[in-house]
Amino acid sequence: MMTQVSNFIIPAVIFLVVGFGVLGHVKIYESFLKGASDGLKIVVEIVPTLIGLMMGVGILRASGFFTLLERALAPVAALFGFPAQILSLLTVKLFSSSAATGLVLDVFATYGPDSYPGLITSIVMSCTETVFYTMSVYFLAAKVTKTRYTLTGALLSTAAGTIAGIILAAAIA
Amino acid sequence: MLNMIWAFMILGGILCGVLTGHVEELSCAALESAGDAITLCITMAGVVALWMGLMEIAKESGLVERMTKGIAPFLHFLFPRIPKGHPALEHISTNVIANILGLGWACTPAGLKAMEALADLEKERGNPPQVASNEMCTFLIFNISSLQLVPVNMIAYRSQYGSANPARIIAPALLATLISTLVAIAFCKWKDRKEPPMKGRMEDETRAGGEAK
Repeated sequence: MMTQVSNFIIPAVIFLVVGFGVLGHVKIYESFLKGASDGLKIVVEIVPTLIGLMMGVGILRASGFFTLLERALAPVAALFGFPAQILSLLTVKLFSSSAATGLVLDVFATYGPDSYPGLITSIVMSCTETVFYTMSVYFLAAKVTKTRYTLTGALLSTAAGTIAGIILAAAIA
Repeated sequence: MLNMIWAFMILGGILCGVLTGHVEELSCAALESAGDAITLCITMAGVVALWMGLMEIAKESGLVERMTKGIAPFLHFLFPRIPKGHPALEHISTNVIANILGLGWACTPAGLKAMEALADLEKERGNPPQVASNEMCTFLIFNISSLQLVPVNMIAYRSQYGSANPARIIAPALLATLISTLVAIAFCKWKDRKEPPMKGRMEDETRAGGEAK
C-alpha cells in the first residue's frame, strides 16, 4: 500500500506540472530545458563538495575509525536492532548534510538500499535537516545570538522524525 | 563548520589509520572515493535536471505562485502576530514552498531574507535585536522539521546503488516528515503560550502579578 502510494507520486507530480503548464500556455518544453540546464549547473557545482567529502569519509572508513566508534556504540544500537553505522550517520547529519551523504552511500554500499538499514537511512535522511548548520546560518543572517528555545524544538522534531522513520522502515522492510 | 569537520575526517582518519595499521588501505580509499563521487554525480545529474526542469514549468505556469497563496492561511496560523502584507510573510512562504518541492538551492536565500525581515519586525516592535523572537524560533524549528514532498536526491542515490524500487521510500518519508513537522508545530504553539513574545510578556507578567515566567 505504502509502496503503491510512493510509486504514484512522481508520475502524478509530473502530470500535474506539465498539465498545468499546458493550461497556462507556458512554452513547456523550453521552460523544461532552461530548468534542466540550471539543474545540471547545480550538480556541477556540488561535484567538488562530493569529491571532498566522499574522500574524507573514505579515508575515515579505511582507517578503521568507524569500526572503533561503532564498537563503542554497538550496545546502544543493539537495543534498537540496527547497525551502529546508523548512529554515526544520525550524529553527522546534525552538522552537515553533505558529510552525511558520504555515510549514506556507505550504508547503501555495505547493506544495499533495500535492506532494513538501507531503508532506515533513506527515510530518516529524507525527513531530517542539518540542525546546527541551518541554525547557525539563519541566525547569523538575523544577527541573533540568543536563540532561546530553537535548539530544543529542532532536536525534538528531529527525534520524532527519526523514531517515526525507524518504525516505518521496520514496517516496510 | 565544514572546515573543522573535513580537517577532522582527513587528519583524524590518517592518524587513526597509521595507529591501527591500515596505511595501505588509506591511499586506495582516497583515490577510489574521488572516482565514486564522479560516478554518483552522473546519476544525480539526470534526476536533478529532470526535477529542476519540471519546477521551471511550475514557476512559469503560476503553479508556485498559486501554492504560495494556498498556504497563506496556514502561515497566518503559524505566525499570527506578523502583520498582513509584511515582507517577512512573503519570504517565509517562498522558503516553505521551495522546501516542499525539494528546491534546496532556492530555500536558503528566501530563508535568510525571511530572517532579516523578522529581525526588522523586532526592531519595529522595539525589542532587543540580539534575542530571537518567537517568530524566528517557530520559523527555524518548522524549517528544520523538513517538509519535503519528494526526496529527489535520496531517490537518485538509491537508484545509483541498485535499489529494486528507488521511489519506494517516498510515502514513508512523507509520513515521517509529517510527524516531525506536527511535533515542531505543537512545540512552538506550546512555547508561544508558555513564553509569550517579548512585548506581550511584560504585559502578561503585570496581569498575572509576576507569577508568569
